Amino acid sequence: MRIPPAILTLLAGMALVLFGLWVGQNVNLLPVDASANAPVYDELFRVLFSIGSILFIGIVGLILYSLVRFRRRVGETGDGAAIEGNLPLEILWTAIPAVVVLFVGIYSYDIYDRMGGMTPLNDHGMHGMQHSEERTWGGISPVALEADGAIAPLPVDVTAMQFAFIFHYPDSDITSGELHVPLGQPVALQMKALDVIHAFWVPQFRLKQDVIPGQPTLLSFTPTRAGQYPIVCAELCGPYHGGMRSTVIVEEPESFAAWVAKNSPNPPAESPTAVQS
Amino acid sequence: MTLSLNPSESLQPQGWLRYLSFSTDHKVIGLQYLVCGFLFYLIGGALAGAIRTELVTPISDFLPRETYNEVLTLHGTVMIFLWIVPVVNGAFGNYLIPFYVGARDMAFPRLNAVAFWLIPPAGLLLISSYFVTGAAQSGWTAYPPLSITTPATGQIIWILSVLLLGGSSIFGGINFIATILKLRRPGLGLMQLPMYCWAMLGTSILVVLSTPVLAGTLVLLSFDIIAHTGFFNPALGGNAVVYQHLFWFYSHPAVYIMVLPAFGLVSEILPVHARKPLFGYTTMVYSIMAIVFLGLIVWAHHMFTSGTPPWMRLFFTIATAFIAVPTGIKFFNWLATLWGGKISLNTAMLFCCGFIVNFVFGGITGVALAQVPFDIHVHDTYFVVGHFHYIVYGGTVFVIFASIYHWYPKVTGRLLNEPLGQLHFWLTFVGFNLCFAPQHWLGLNGMPRRVAEYDPQFTLINQFSSAGALLMAISTFPFLINVVMSASNGAPAGDNPWNALTPEWLTSSPPPVENWHGEPPLVHEPYGYGVTPGELSLEASSGRDLWNLGQGDQR
Ligand code: HEM
Ligand SMILES: [Cu+2]
Ligand SMILES: [Cu+2]
Repeated sequence: MRIPPAILTLLAGMALVLFGLWVGQNVNLLPVDASANAPVYDELFRVLFSIGSILFIGIVGLILYSLVRFRRRVGETGDGAAIEGNLPLEILWTAIPAVVVLFVGIYSYDIYDRMGGMTPLNDHGMHGMQHSEERTWGGISPVALEADGAIAPLPVDVTAMQFAFIFHYPDSDITSGELHVPLGQPVALQMKALDVIHAFWVPQFRLKQDVIPGQPTLLSFTPTRAGQYPIVCAELCGPYHGGMRSTVIVEEPESFAAWVAKNSPNPPAESPTAVQS
Repeated sequence: MTLSLNPSESLQPQGWLRYLSFSTDHKVIGLQYLVCGFLFYLIGGALAGAIRTELVTPISDFLPRETYNEVLTLHGTVMIFLWIVPVVNGAFGNYLIPFYVGARDMAFPRLNAVAFWLIPPAGLLLISSYFVTGAAQSGWTAYPPLSITTPATGQIIWILSVLLLGGSSIFGGINFIATILKLRRPGLGLMQLPMYCWAMLGTSILVVLSTPVLAGTLVLLSFDIIAHTGFFNPALGGNAVVYQHLFWFYSHPAVYIMVLPAFGLVSEILPVHARKPLFGYTTMVYSIMAIVFLGLIVWAHHMFTSGTPPWMRLFFTIATAFIAVPTGIKFFNWLATLWGGKISLNTAMLFCCGFIVNFVFGGITGVALAQVPFDIHVHDTYFVVGHFHYIVYGGTVFVIFASIYHWYPKVTGRLLNEPLGQLHFWLTFVGFNLCFAPQHWLGLNGMPRRVAEYDPQFTLINQFSSAGALLMAISTFPFLINVVMSASNGAPAGDNPWNALTPEWLTSSPPPVENWHGEPPLVHEPYGYGVTPGELSLEASSGRDLWNLGQGDQR
């Protein structure tokens, strides 16, 4: 007795879906996660990877199957069946992508919201970088979400120029070529470019924001894993674009405080907000 | 009576010389586009080779840094504006559309020749800028203020060249719209046209609506460079992001200008070699028009990190993701066309199937990129480079090759060599995937695009990618040998070697000047496969009748 093709198809489909889900859960294509929104990002990545694998393998499978099953055998002439369409089928495969896309859209909206992307952007740093007329632009701002009063964000002014980033800490008046941030405290970057467009990207934070001359931009993140990560300029900015890199050093609050104390041109007492927990 | 313009044969040069002349014959112009585009493809490929050579090592050691940026700018510009757009629109459009509508030439033959003859000077201008003054260094996107602060001559020449090419493209678009809507043989309805006509109609609408915006934008940019105006220059109170909106208002539709015609070509090739009618003609037409409409309202997905406010990010995410629906319909329809067919797996078919596989991959990464939270990590990285090469190379270039294998017998009356063709396909397919698949990983893990130097941890993967590029370069040789040798030595093809039903096959191969020996045939069913093949008759009124007529006496 033969198994009916419909059942075989169903089984193949189920196997494919299970495989897709398994692959999505087990891929490991991303660098370590070092910020509060990186795990959220990775969750989105896994879901998209599952859906993508199912679609891709399914379609490639169908093609290979057709090419083998419906190949023209040697000596065969003549045509295939004269089928010109099938409205219910066509409606079905309009509906399936529509549903998938709608799901992906709503889901990624949720992810974006959890990352703090929908929080209205405001000037978090209350520390002497108020420019009321100047407009500030996008960037992800999870700070408001985290701001349950526990930890105030650490403001940092970022200046991008050909071919370097400069970090200025308004609280302690430190200027540095590397970005030091304490573990677990939100950081609010206020970014300006002096010449052309640059982009601030830390792959381990899964965050990127262009730094645009004439239009200050904001970017906030909360580092969650101590270590050193590259800061990469991601926007073509001239001949040395590839060399425009810096480092973000995420360290324990104590060692960050020590770094501040050591480097601050002001007496340590004048750098208040940075580090109590 | 068919409306036709007489290209006064006696005044036109004959023989190979006509390919260097201001010929108004649409077939000559189509081939001019194709060969000219292919020469630029070789140049663009050499530039790509230079880029991949630089990236074999993590340090900048092969090219001087400025030169590297010139090379990557030229590579992008040449490939898009001098290879893909002219070939997939100009070459195949000019060759095929008059056949498909049953005309003897395009609506405006002289405008047609003008449109082609803008291309070689524009291309040479662009290339020569490299040798004379130094080429532009700001990428094919030419974002200000970088494009304002890099050396001005190269950038201005780049703008001039792109303006000429844009002009050529607009002339072509107007011509296609007029030809498809107005030159149809009496009795031929719009919904009976081969699908490529619809693809070209949709594409041409995009060309005519969006290219002028690019032209205007580049003119403003040139004012900023030459006259020190401040449209896009923040130092003078301008707004750099406005340029990006204007640029992508053209350049997102441009990606559909590069791929919709390829969709159309696949819709012609698949049914012939699968011996089945094109599945779902009507839904195909509507999905093309849906893509055209949606394609005009998604541009800001290239600007998710450009300081776009949250509402804008959301709107463009949703709009972009929805393009996947009409695109998906087309792919399912092609799969259904294959299903139950009698598929000959020749080179044309292989390239079509390669196209489907690659494009599905690129479409999936595209939908992922449309999601703002996903994109803010991988924007401007090698992930994006991987995405669009899967689409543009894996998609469109594969279709161009499929089309060459499919229509070569039409143009020359001879078949291309099949084993060489298969070799070409497999080298290209393996090389292509080896080159571009690893780039997704590079982007996810921290390698930005447009760099000459990178973190040494990425060395090995970049070397894989460069090895793939080398294979792709090698794959060009069997193709070139095949095309050149078969022109004189290929097996004679007869008029219709594939027993195809679309109108271009219902005349001699190569076709006569003015296309038809008598009246143009009226083909109501260009995809009327599915009955035993028989003899062709030019008097028949429909594709299916063509087969039916000869049914009795064959076999
Ligand atoms: C399923 C449909 C597609 C979707 C959803 C999609 C989505 C996207 C998105 C969101 C980006 C921006 C990525 C970034 O810069 O961060 C992008 C880039 C790009 N896409 Fe697609 N895409 C699709 C199909 C295509 C097609 C059909 C083409 C061309 C034939 C194409 C060519 C490109 C190019 C050239 C870029 C990069 C432009 C640049 O920055 O230089 N895409 N795509
Ligand atoms: Cu840069
Ligand atoms: Cu786009």
